[in-house]
Amino acid sequence: MTQQSVQEVKKTTCYMCACRCGIRVHLRDGEVRYIDGNPDHPLNQGVICAKGSSGIMKQYSPARLTKPLRRKAGAERGAGEFEPISWEEAFSVLAERLGKIRATDPKKFALFTGRDQMQALTGLFARQFGTPNYAAHGGFCSVNMAAGMIYTIGGSFWEFGGPDLDRAKLFVMIGTAEDHHSNPLKIALSKFKRDGGRFVSINPVRTGYSAIADEWVPIRPGTDGAFLLAVIHEIIQKGLYDRDFLVQYSNAGELVNCDEASDEFGMFLRTEVPEEEACYDPQDKLWWDRITNKPVVTHAEGADPFLRGEFKINGTPVKPSFQLLMDRVKDYTPEWAEGVTGIPADTIRRLAYEMGVTARDQRIELPIAWTDSWGKEHDTVTGNPVAFHAMRGLAAHSNGFQTIRALGILMSLLGTIDRPGGFRHKVPFPRPIPPCARTPNHPNAVQPNKPLDGMALGWPADPDDLFVDGEGNPVRIDKGFSWEYPLSVHGLMHNVITNAWRGDPYKIDTLLIFMANMAWNSTMNAVEVRKMLNDKDENGDYKIPFIVVADAFQSEMTAFADLILPDTTYLERHDVMSLLDRPISEFDGPVDSVRIPVVPPTGECKPFQEVIIELGSRLKLPAFTTKDGQRKYRDYPDFIVNYETEPGSGIGFLAGWRGKGGEKSLRGEPNPNQWEMYAKNDCVFHYELPKSYQYMRNWNQGYLEWSQRNRITRYAEPILINIYSEVLMRFRQAAQGKGFSRKPPAHLAKRVETFFDPLPFYYDTLEAQVSDKHKYPLAAITQRPMAMYHSWDSQNAWLRQIHAHNLLYVNAHTARVNGIEDGDWIWVESQWGKVKCMAKHSEAVEPGTVWTWNAIGKAAGAWGLTPDANESRQGFLLNHLISEELPTCEKGSDRRVSNSDPITGQAAWYDVRVRIYKADEKVGAGETVTEPQFAPLKPYPGQTERKSIWNYFAGRKGGAK
Amino acid sequence: MTQLALVIDLNVCVGCHACVTNCKEWNTSSPTAGPMVDQNPYGKDPTGTFFNRVQTFEVGEFPNTETVHFPKSCLHCEEPPCVPVCPTGASYKRKEDGIVLVDYDKCIGCKYCSWACPYGAREIDEHQKVMKKCTLCVDRIYDTTMTAEERRPACVRACPTSARLFGDIHDPDSEVSRAIRENGGYPLMPEWGTSPANHYLPRRKTKLRIREDELERADNPLKIDQQLPKPGKAEPSLDDVTSW
Amino acid sequence: MHPAFSVVFLTTLIGAGQGLFLALFTVESYAAFGLLPLQSDSFYAVGSGVALILLVLGLVASFFHLGRPERAWRAATQWRTSWLSREVIVLPAFMGTVFFYGVAHWTGFNPELAELPSGAPVNITAVLGTIGTVLAFALYICTGMIYACLRFLREWHTPLTVINYILLGGASGFTLAAALAAVEAPAVMPVLAGWALIITALGLVGRVATLIRNARLKPKSTLQSAIGIKHPKIVQKTMGMMGGAFNTREFFHGASAAMLRSIKWMFLVTAFVVPLMLLGMGLSQSAGGLIALAFFIQYLGLLAERWFFFAQANHPQNLYYQSVA
Ligand SMILES: Nc1nc2c(c(=O)[nH]1)N[C@H]1C(S)=C(S)[C@@H](COP(=O)(O)OP(=O)(O)OC[C@H]3O[C@@H](n4cnc5c(=O)[nH]c(N)nc54)[C@H](O)[C@@H]3O)O[C@H]1N2
Ligand SMILES: Nc1nc2c(c(=O)[nH]1)N[C@H]1C(S)=C(S)[C@@H](COP(=O)(O)OP(=O)(O)OC[C@H]3O[C@@H](n4cnc5c(=O)[nH]c(N)nc54)[C@H](O)[C@@H]3O)O[C@H]1N2
Ligand code: SF4
Ligand code: SF4
Ligand code: SF4
Ligand code: SF4
Ligand code: SF4
Ligand SMILES: [Mo]
Repeated sequence: MTQQSVQEVKKTTCYMCACRCGIRVHLRDGEVRYIDGNPDHPLNQGVICAKGSSGIMKQYSPARLTKPLRRKAGAERGAGEFEPISWEEAFSVLAERLGKIRATDPKKFALFTGRDQMQALTGLFARQFGTPNYAAHGGFCSVNMAAGMIYTIGGSFWEFGGPDLDRAKLFVMIGTAEDHHSNPLKIALSKFKRDGGRFVSINPVRTGYSAIADEWVPIRPGTDGAFLLAVIHEIIQKGLYDRDFLVQYSNAGELVNCDEASDEFGMFLRTEVPEEEACYDPQDKLWWDRITNKPVVTHAEGADPFLRGEFKINGTPVKPSFQLLMDRVKDYTPEWAEGVTGIPADTIRRLAYEMGVTARDQRIELPIAWTDSWGKEHDTVTGNPVAFHAMRGLAAHSNGFQTIRALGILMSLLGTIDRPGGFRHKVPFPRPIPPCARTPNHPNAVQPNKPLDGMALGWPADPDDLFVDGEGNPVRIDKGFSWEYPLSVHGLMHNVITNAWRGDPYKIDTLLIFMANMAWNSTMNAVEVRKMLNDKDENGDYKIPFIVVADAFQSEMTAFADLILPDTTYLERHDVMSLLDRPISEFDGPVDSVRIPVVPPTGECKPFQEVIIELGSRLKLPAFTTKDGQRKYRDYPDFIVNYETEPGSGIGFLAGWRGKGGEKSLRGEPNPNQWEMYAKNDCVFHYELPKSYQYMRNWNQGYLEWSQRNRITRYAEPILINIYSEVLMRFRQAAQGKGFSRKPPAHLAKRVETFFDPLPFYYDTLEAQVSDKHKYPLAAITQRPMAMYHSWDSQNAWLRQIHAHNLLYVNAHTARVNGIEDGDWIWVESQWGKVKCMAKHSEAVEPGTVWTWNAIGKAAGAWGLTPDANESRQGFLLNHLISEELPTCEKGSDRRVSNSDPITGQAAWYDVRVRIYKADEKVGAGETVTEPQFAPLKPYPGQTERKSIWNYFAGRKGGAK
Repeated sequence: MTQLALVIDLNVCVGCHACVTNCKEWNTSSPTAGPMVDQNPYGKDPTGTFFNRVQTFEVGEFPNTETVHFPKSCLHCEEPPCVPVCPTGASYKRKEDGIVLVDYDKCIGCKYCSWACPYGAREIDEHQKVMKKCTLCVDRIYDTTMTAEERRPACVRACPTSARLFGDIHDPDSEVSRAIRENGGYPLMPEWGTSPANHYLPRRKTKLRIREDELERADNPLKIDQQLPKPGKAEPSLDDVTSW
Repeated sequence: MHPAFSVVFLTTLIGAGQGLFLALFTVESYAAFGLLPLQSDSFYAVGSGVALILLVLGLVASFFHLGRPERAWRAATQWRTSWLSREVIVLPAFMGTVFFYGVAHWTGFNPELAELPSGAPVNITAVLGTIGTVLAFALYICTGMIYACLRFLREWHTPLTVINYILLGGASGFTLAAALAAVEAPAVMPVLAGWALIITALGLVGRVATLIRNARLKPKSTLQSAIGIKHPKIVQKTMGMMGGAFNTREFFHGASAAMLRSIKWMFLVTAFVVPLMLLGMGLSQSAGGLIALAFFIQYLGLLAERWFFFAQANHPQNLYYQSVA
């Protein structure tokens, strides 16, 4: 058998999760025989995870959609009754419908995409179409992390930066289970531990990464702000902050107007009014110089500002922002934080000292010469080796933005920003605070048959950047960039269905969902949202008239589609992980990568990329059409090679092997052989920056100019850390009726004023504020299992053996107090709903928290599973307990706001409060199943047969033996 | 004499299951071990043959809890109780490298060897009806068409935390011998005298001690800003009100 | 362990078959030494036939235990190390011996081969019977040792296992022989029933001794030694798979502790107490029916005993398979 069979190895990029490791796919007679990590890939260096290793079972899964499908006439949405149609028919239906919308009111078309990696392309399409209603998963994912950090240090965790564990001595991980940096983080963690580093994990639960921490610090969910502020309090109190770093590289010394009566209250004092509205932070603010005892322009030669004190300039009381921070944290003592977080005050204090002393006394000095933005030459780069990493444990709370600001500030106080052993940026970050992209700020930006005049998503710098109409009402269907969630830089996908259903702010016509399971795990309140998707108005018409779902599998969402577009798998398509999106850059320079098909598409599957190009061409969107109205790109690979952001810009989706012969990097003319060059180079392009450009990039002249030259940024101005956030203050100012910018509608003024605090503060999560904490004493959260990606791996025959269903983990003591034994059936009830599931005792969870693995529970019959599969009978979805909306605290108003962070619109998944009690199951009353249950889905036309015994063996047709 | 083995470092294993599925993936299409059956792959209680499983244990009581991820495959015992009991000779231990293997062509599926293994390391293939277990990737480690990097067990290559070391525990200079020696490597259930070749490395803790004087230092930046601002010369003072 | 019905039937059936043969040859030996009246060949022939049937049924049952019965012949190759292999060799040898023993009696082809110093003749059946006896005991030892040699199945790892296999097989075989004798050779019935009584009583002693021993066993392997962590409180959270695996199916009986306990009492009563009473009554009233009933009940009891024997054995691998999550 081995003799005749043809064996091949092809390289591409994994997409069993968002991490995007390099893989080698071994084929036997055209069937996938084995997938291993590519040892030459910079990201994963040859390793691979459980999901990546199960790619075969994804490729040959019976849940795969293989034909375009149309909902059968007369069948209800959600029933999953479909008939196959041709692609031509699908395209003509779509082109006609979308063409009409575009010609009348483009915002009636909404395109939302889930955990995808092609926002550069989908975003381009939406903008060219002219709709403002576009966003990807960020809003329900971790926008707090992105925004909280970027508005503070100009970069972020997530794909944009991370902990430098190569050099760190102390590593503090907060609220991370298994993030986008899956394999690289694991590689780094074990090296770090083996090198003797100390690893502290702050998390209500001890699993996964936290398991191997040297110290586990259990914390009550949603209270990290209190913890971090108390640590800041101690660091300042003991003088453990890096003063030199703060002075030079942050706005700690800048003087803030403290005259409450002034219109400029809370703003920095400036020497002059900036002449142009440019997107950078001009060096026009003041310090109070210690030497001359006078106000001076910041960074004046020889000056050294006071960080503490109170001064008067022309009668106006002013304080350095560091002093304001000190004032802020004065009462945030460890003792206070103990009461909030459940962490003993002594532990908080000790951790603060560990951080401060390690940062100060284990300083690293690398012989790397560099020049700062003020022209000063340095012979070395220093580092304070305390690294942090945080993810959705901080982000997914309605107080997450301010918590993450506190983290950014703590990291800055310790002097660890873009320095060895601390936090390091990844190109295209750092960016100005805030980055330059803006949405339009007026409804007129949406015009028939015209591209949107601005970006669908951007970074507001002040209220005038909000995307609202004259009354201050939202223009976007998700109410992003409105006064309700002004800095919702990734949109609020989790509210799209509810808003569209209610017609608030308006009704839409067509909703196109790509790669998101919005009828299940990426929606809150899934039971009701599923009803909304199927709800009709008085005339019997669907409230959301037309739903298109582009997916590769029989997800819960596909059942609600009017039209299903079957996508390919990652092994079947071209794809790019572009610098225009979230690339896989390394600390040492930009990296982008591609996928190249290793097997042909299954059935009639078509890459969604091709669908976009085809639709763009049919709709004659300018970017996809030549001047004479002809189709511009043959297909997606052709588009990737030839598309330039502007004619002749030399900027395209891929940064590698540009220029006619592939001789240029980052910028350059299109190279017809670009794909081949990627193929030859492990599908990855890695540009290593000179050592002197690899650190201190917020203020590194060489780097910033390099970045400007390569059009990664427009400006090369230094990016000072915002200990004090004037951006936030501008919104607060508007809410207080001051300043020149737009003002919020009256009912939102208080909200904006409260939450847009220029310094981090701690508040109870919004849900807790409207909850009876005695009735609902427990916090309920989810975690990512390492061997499952969201909802999409239950179709995977191997992975589902590891997680076939989920249980609710309850602290053993808490459970016993509630009369719940290990394995008992229980009800978990929140204000918004209840689910029945099984309880599991655990000693590795904080007593006030219950948790479960995310998205293991499934609707019966979905994902190619039999209706009696464990996922639906014993598994459950926590989302049923989480509301997508909260009542406002206004008296006598039935207004609702999204269950989100009031600053960023980040979905507050982990705020929900519950109570648990034993379900009285009658013994012998038949099989007990979780609740709620849903009517089982039947397989769709085109799904392959489910095998009951599977002996997969590559190269023996269909794998069967 | 060589004894190949895995050494598993519980100090860094995060329980990701990469070693589980990569092992399955390598072996399912391997002519020497595959296919590896899955039953009810899309139905109730899916089950299949795996050579390696990762389990999780909780040690201690809240808040002093350790969560331990524990991968387990055949330990390739030096005194393998599973081998002598096999009535067919299908189970055997190789002299040259100490790997314990099953010859699927001889195995009658009597399961007796699995009874004789205290570790639960063998799993019958319920479809082919022969006993299977970890082969230590014998079809990789000697395959000269592979690069040296590749000539390692699939699970070892996959493991993102490199918690799995592979080598000859009889060679005192090998990486595995050194790891066992220097990091307190131990065998499982030593009470049975099976001398498992695979060893486990325990958790190791890094602590930090902060001394009082490290907090009270002269270079404390607070002291710099301590020189609080001098008042302006024109500010009111006693000079303005009295002459003594 | 999970009691496989193939093995439960195999061991009880061949055990009774062996016992029956031993009973037959006991009677023949007594007769040879003049301690009992000579019996008709048909008693031995029928008895051997019944024994052979039991052995064949046992063998058939054993095939259900094999995944690949077509390769069963290979199992004879490892007699140097494997008790199972030895059993595989001894069982057919014994069956053959029983067969020829039965045939010799059936056909009456029983030439005298030699003479003992005492003058007692040594017939073919005597030779075959002696060989058969040796093989029967060898088979008991093999069967018992298959279990007794597994040192970490501590409930089995004791000489009592082999002794019990001998005694329980012997008890059922002698009871059956007594029942047969009631029909074919009433004269020897009391002797056989008497022996059956004695062996059953000894079996009870052996089995109870085993129960007492096993109840006192402290597990040698613990979660601590299984994963090598010293802490009094270790709890498994997940065993790495949720739909079950060979390891969750093969090594655990799946019954509740209460069920286990009731089976224990059930077999003590049905395999020992009731047969003892019935044998006693049968003996005193010379009632073959009661003795037949005794065998029937005892055999059922032994099925329960064998189920319990497997179920009670706690495999250390179970330490690794305790929790689905
Ligand atoms: N309770 C709770 N809910 C949560 C979270 C939580 O932590 N707790 N996490 C939230 C977060 S951070 C996120 S990002 C979301 C994720 O939520 P989603 O973005 O909805 O992610 P998935 O559930 O994986 O679904 C994505 C869809 O993509 C499909 N898909 C997979 N591969 C392909 C492909 O190649 N092409 C196409 N077209 N489709 C494909 C899958 O079949 C699936 O239907 O969930 C959110 N929901
Ligand atoms: N295997 C796998 N990998 C994935 C994904 C997946 O589905 N599967 N999803 C990808 C996606 S889209 C995302 S967004 C990332 C998310 O990556 P993570 O942010 O690591 O994912 P979560 O599972 O949400 O982890 C949240 C962690 O925070 C803890 N936590 C919850 N509330 C609090 C709190 O208030 N304070 C603290 N300190 N901790 C808290 C939880 O216990 C949990 O450990 O993972 C990505 N990687
Ligand atoms: S971490 Fe993600 S991208 Fe990397 S191998 Fe695993 S699934 Fe694939
Ligand atoms: S672990 Fe079990 S199967 Fe492996 S050699 Fe040891 S006894 Fe045999
Ligand atoms: S199952 Fe196979 S390998 Fe195991 S003892 Fe029986 S014949 Fe030998
Ligand atoms: S050595 Fe090979 S066969 Fe054994 S567990 Fe690892 S991958 Fe599986
Ligand atoms: S792959 Fe490595 S880290 Fe992951 S479970 Fe296996 S041994 Fe542990
Ligand atoms: Mo996410």
